[in-house]
Amino acid sequence: MDEGELVEYFRTQMSQDPDVASAVAAIRSLLEFLKRDQSETILGLRENLTKAIGRLQEADSSVAVSSGGELFLRFISLTSLENPDLSQCRNMMIERGELFLKKISLSRGKVAKLCHTFIKDGAKILTHSSSRVVLKVLESAAADKKRFTVYVTESQPDSAGKHMADKLRKLNIPVTIVLDAAVGYIMEKVDMVIVGAEGVVESGGIINKIGTYQMAVCSKAHNKPFYVVAESFKFVRLYPLNQQDVPHRFKYKADTLKTAEDLNQEHPIIDYTPPSLITLLFTDLGVLTPSAVSDELIKLYL
Amino acid sequence: MFKMVNLSFNAVSFLSVCVLYSVLYHRFDSQEARIQMPLAFLLWVTHNNAEMTTVDPPNIAMTSIMGNWPCNSAKKANTGHIGTKSIQSLIMVPEVSEYIVMAFCFLFNLLSAVKRLPEHIQVDDPAVVRKLAKKLERQQIPLRSDYGYKVSLFSHLHQYSRKAPLTQQISIPATVIHPSIVRLGLQYSQGIVAGSNARSVALLHAFKQVIQDYSTPPNEELARDLVNKLKPYISFLNQCRPLSASMGNAIKYIKKEISNIPSQYKEEEAKKKLLSCVDSYVNEKITLAAKGISKYAIDKISDGDVILVYGCSSLVNHILCEAFEKQRKFRVIVVDSRPRLEGREALRRLVNRGIRCTYVLISAVSYVLPEVSKVFLGAHALLANGYVMSRVGTSQIALVAKAYNVPVLVCCETYKFCERVQTDSFVSNELDDPDDLIVTRKGKTHLADWQSETSLGLLNLVYDVTPPDFVDLVITELGMIPCTSVPVVLRVKNVDQ
Repeated sequence: MDEGELVEYFRTQMSQDPDVASAVAAIRSLLEFLKRDQSETILGLRENLTKAIGRLQEADSSVAVSSGGELFLRFISLTSLENPDLSQCRNMMIERGELFLKKISLSRGKVAKLCHTFIKDGAKILTHSSSRVVLKVLESAAADKKRFTVYVTESQPDSAGKHMADKLRKLNIPVTIVLDAAVGYIMEKVDMVIVGAEGVVESGGIINKIGTYQMAVCSKAHNKPFYVVAESFKFVRLYPLNQQDVPHRFKYKADTLKTAEDLNQEHPIIDYTPPSLITLLFTDLGVLTPSAVSDELIKLYL
Repeated sequence: MFKMVNLSFNAVSFLSVCVLYSVLYHRFDSQEARIQMPLAFLLWVTHNNAEMTTVDPPNIAMTSIMGNWPCNSAKKANTGHIGTKSIQSLIMVPEVSEYIVMAFCFLFNLLSAVKRLPEHIQVDDPAVVRKLAKKLERQQIPLRSDYGYKVSLFSHLHQYSRKAPLTQQISIPATVIHPSIVRLGLQYSQGIVAGSNARSVALLHAFKQVIQDYSTPPNEELARDLVNKLKPYISFLNQCRPLSASMGNAIKYIKKEISNIPSQYKEEEAKKKLLSCVDSYVNEKITLAAKGISKYAIDKISDGDVILVYGCSSLVNHILCEAFEKQRKFRVIVVDSRPRLEGREALRRLVNRGIRCTYVLISAVSYVLPEVSKVFLGAHALLANGYVMSRVGTSQIALVAKAYNVPVLVCCETYKFCERVQTDSFVSNELDDPDDLIVTRKGKTHLADWQSETSLGLLNLVYDVTPPDFVDLVITELGMIPCTSVPVVLRVKNVDQ
């Protein structure tokens, strides 16, 4: 399976199931790549996989693809590969890959189960842009017969907030769309802020759609709790000190990186929210404070 | 009849407790413990006779004891409430089990009171000073006396004078202490060897010399005898200058290595193994760690950066020199403070490499911070609760940097991580020679006779602690971690060992 086919497979996965996280689609494609790989040695296999992950990152520059890919690679190699027969090793790796995929497919449900209890009856929730995890959380809260209203920001430049609002209306949840600039205005009305994350960094901060940092600062100023819901495969080994420290390959879309002449003229599509502004993180590993994220990362990566 | 049995029972138990108490009196480490034992017994006695009196006295006694327990002292009000409810339910229970409960409380209190607390310098407690003097006498190490008036908040710390060299202040028995240790002690006391990495490396080199010159006496085992030989050396070095956290960890490592020598090793083999252990410790934990840390740190230095450093940290200087060699374009602002003026040494090293530097004193730090993009600090030790112990003035820099939203990066090797917990700079610090603060300007020395002024004290602190909220990132050779993850690293290290 060459790199072109890999990207094709990835894109078909994304289009077939719009509800799937991009990282899950990436891991499915990597598993398929692993199954069809022809290399003769384990080292060759790992090299091919690393190249494949790099190729997928070029296709879709979200943080989650990068973190998911790296965790997948670590998870499948975290077993004894002493077997001299390469096909046996490969089968073992494929088995672990399937196990990993199964685990992470269930992670969204686990997160929703943990988080929906924090939504009280009569709550007013503010969320940003369109996150499938937040949608799942609100879905389970609604299924629990809780009454709440949701404010969604429009989230330019791609107006993702409107999709979120449509999906929420289908679940019969009262929803209002607000302008990105109206976050400060609406903050006094809401009880809590729940956002998703594209990546959770080592410091306990998050990388998410642009406008999240603003929302976090406003919620801190108004003393409203700022909750983040993210699956564990989004934990990434990055440690940005400030907005400028986030690598360019995450800040801009993959096509922009290739075509733009001066990156300073382009608008970044993500921003970094430092851990001091986050109250709690809901992950499938449990409910964590930002300082506990580093602990979990050390356990995951070491 | 029942009354008689009860009374005699009470008398016997009272006598036995008196005997026990007098025997164990001196083992109690705190006043609280000394009060609690008789209180617990009093409760037991009154409760015994509860059928004859009202139920109130036991309740009051029990709540007062609950309130006095060290672990509950912070939640005194609450425990009173909850305590009384649970105790009332206990009191309803038949008598025999109550005695068992009381005995259990009694024993638990006893045992917890006799727990050994970690050694803290307590110069203002005469009992502790006497114990230390006795220990030094046993080891034949001279006791160094304190100098000058100490500010009352820091009166529990030692304050030594550096004016006269150590050999004139105390007589060092050459037969008891190895000459390289004597030399090391003198170098420490005069400040010739300063800086936590330099001190640890010098200590390990001196220990290598000691191990090489060591010969096992007949009928002794190397593993145990060598450790005992090192104890007076460590006390002596402590007298010259209080040990740093990194030195403490190095000593712990050496002692562990020595006691792990199998008894069947011949002396030459054992000595060779120990020397190679020491070498590998210095190599791994200090030299290679510095290389690892610079690799991570250089990632964080981007072109056009203005980096602020404080004092002279060997690790930070190393990082900046490496970054400059990797063609990163940045300039450095060196902040310095009296009386040590260590920043001048850092300035010298950086300028010699060709790095563009600015030099300011710490009073100008808020003036210069708006143009700074990053602050790099070294650390003397990283405490278990995430606090950074470093040269005095570091926490000030971190505070001002936080106010200006400038990221603060602390660079620290993992061998400096220590299990101690400290929230302020008072409880454990070091007092330097107060005469260092005296300065002659325009021919006038104003503080020359500060000792004659009874209400004047000169304070020359060496270390301070920075809270983890002011530190954005800690760079260690294991990677970049937030300040709050220090206990995780300690846990991982303990698992490895």
